[in-house]
Amino acid sequence: MARIFAYITHKSGVADDSAAELAAAARKIDASASPTAIVIGAGSELDSVCSTLLSLYAEVWKISSEAFAHPNAELIRKALVKLLPTGSMVLVAHEHFGIDLAPGLSIKLDAAFVSDVVGIDGLEGSSLKLVRQEFGGQVSAHVHCDISGGAVVSVRPGAFKPLPSTAGDGAVVDKSSEVGVLSAGRRFIETVVAEAGDVDITKHAVLVSIGRGIQEKDNLGIAQDLADALGAAVSCSRPVVDAKWLEKSRQVGSSGKTVKPKVYLACGISGAFQHLAGIKGNPFIVAINKNPKAPIFQVADIGIVDDILEFLPELTNKVREMRGVTAK
Amino acid sequence: MEILVCIRRVPDTSENEITLNADRTDIEREELVYSINEPDNYAVEEALQIVARCGGNVTVVTVGGEDDEEVLRREMAMGANHGVLLSDDVFGGSDGRGLATILKTFVRKGNYDLILTGVQAEDGGAQVGGMLAAMLDYPFASLVNSIEVGQGKKLKISREIEGGNKEISEIDLPCVLSIQTGINEPRYVGMRGIRAVASVPVPIYGAADLALDPGSVGATAARVKRVDYFLPTLGGGAEMLTGSREENAERVLELVAAKGGLK
Repeated sequence: MARIFAYITHKSGVADDSAAELAAAARKIDASASPTAIVIGAGSELDSVCSTLLSLYAEVWKISSEAFAHPNAELIRKALVKLLPTGSMVLVAHEHFGIDLAPGLSIKLDAAFVSDVVGIDGLEGSSLKLVRQEFGGQVSAHVHCDISGGAVVSVRPGAFKPLPSTAGDGAVVDKSSEVGVLSAGRRFIETVVAEAGDVDITKHAVLVSIGRGIQEKDNLGIAQDLADALGAAVSCSRPVVDAKWLEKSRQVGSSGKTVKPKVYLACGISGAFQHLAGIKGNPFIVAINKNPKAPIFQVADIGIVDDILEFLPELTNKVREMRGVTAK
Repeated sequence: MEILVCIRRVPDTSENEITLNADRTDIEREELVYSINEPDNYAVEEALQIVARCGGNVTVVTVGGEDDEEVLRREMAMGANHGVLLSDDVFGGSDGRGLATILKTFVRKGNYDLILTGVQAEDGGAQVGGMLAAMLDYPFASLVNSIEVGQGKKLKISREIEGGNKEISEIDLPCVLSIQTGINEPRYVGMRGIRAVASVPVPIYGAADLALDPGSVGATAARVKRVDYFLPTLGGGAEMLTGSREENAERVLELVAAKGGLK
């Protein structure tokens, strides 16, 4: 059985939530596995990350160097290639850093690569059985991966139930001296924080959230009318921002805002996982979409197969009637 | 600047209900509407804008069959100078690594300063760009949402990271960048544009033309194989309202009010 490693992302001395999810994923590959966490960074904050991980991992490899003060996927890849034994299995969270790191790492390790895995059905010989989603989450696929030469697997955040912490008797092993001096063709300059925007969608109890189904910018008024009638705000999914119809500050999702409303009206939104990742606090979700196969219907409480351009004005009228306001 | 953009033709998920075929080995491809993979279209637009500012040429390339020539021509109608189809029976069944291997041999035939891909294909895993960069030993950045051409052989780029924040870096050329949607506003392509490039030849290269070992690509080399498809069940599933539009609106309003959604 190949050794399993989990690459842990962290920020300000705190391990990412995916650390416990990767530990759970490792158990799904092999229930008896004793996976090793790898933590790369700089400064004293690294020690607090490592010590908390001992409740999830039997062993934690720490690699500390000023060169890793900001995570650079190319430098980290080179460090991992030096450290990892032949035939290793490496788990990485499928987020912006994992997307940067994992494909190239698989090539340099000469290992197989499967990305954005949402399920693991275990190992049969050298065949790892995995589940992925394709076509915007409309279909799932069983995938078999030949791990005889090792494997890099990127795991979708939120797909695995986090492994509960236990009092571990593991150890932190400092591997810093084994990495040596590394250089990369990409150099970090700065992080630019997102602009606040005109409306703070994170502060609203009700969101009228629109997606591609709004079809054109001129139709935005239909959503705003409903939001005004409800006392809600208009938020959106990625395609609406890509088309420049709404500001980035209105976008819900992993690359936008995380919201915790009481009620979320998903209007013409397909329900890609990056969008769903931005909806927290278990709101009451109403989904309206023309496509009955849209993944949003799997997570919504109430679903309606309809054209939002027809349905939303009807709903707005009902709200106004109830409030005793004459429709404009 | 000589720019290569790797593109794919995919079923358009915003236009199609994806269903499975009878034996679940594939999606039902009859009557599907295909188009250029959306992030790839942004990548081509970005290449065209860089060339408009700095000079050079844009080449679009895809791995596939004769049907895939359609997306090459579409992007040539947008303004790409050349289109190339990499096609061979032995390429069939390639996994991400196989596709990157095929593209690598094509890149080595040319002299490209910059290679762009879309961030992810509808049926892919955001993998081919990063693999290609590692095979070529070029620097790589994913989720790129702005590119500035600086002095010398480097670019200033921005990556999309969590919460809508941006990570700004400098990257040496030649490099591979995977382009995120929203980086620009891709230009419209009309029928007139498509007709204008209809007679431009699109060369086809197979394994022999690329001096590619057929054993390194295709189904036999693939370490990752899709076994079958199934329909996902993420959550419990919504209670579907099947009344008239008016009845549905009334029911939604009742429920929203009950959940505290009316101020």
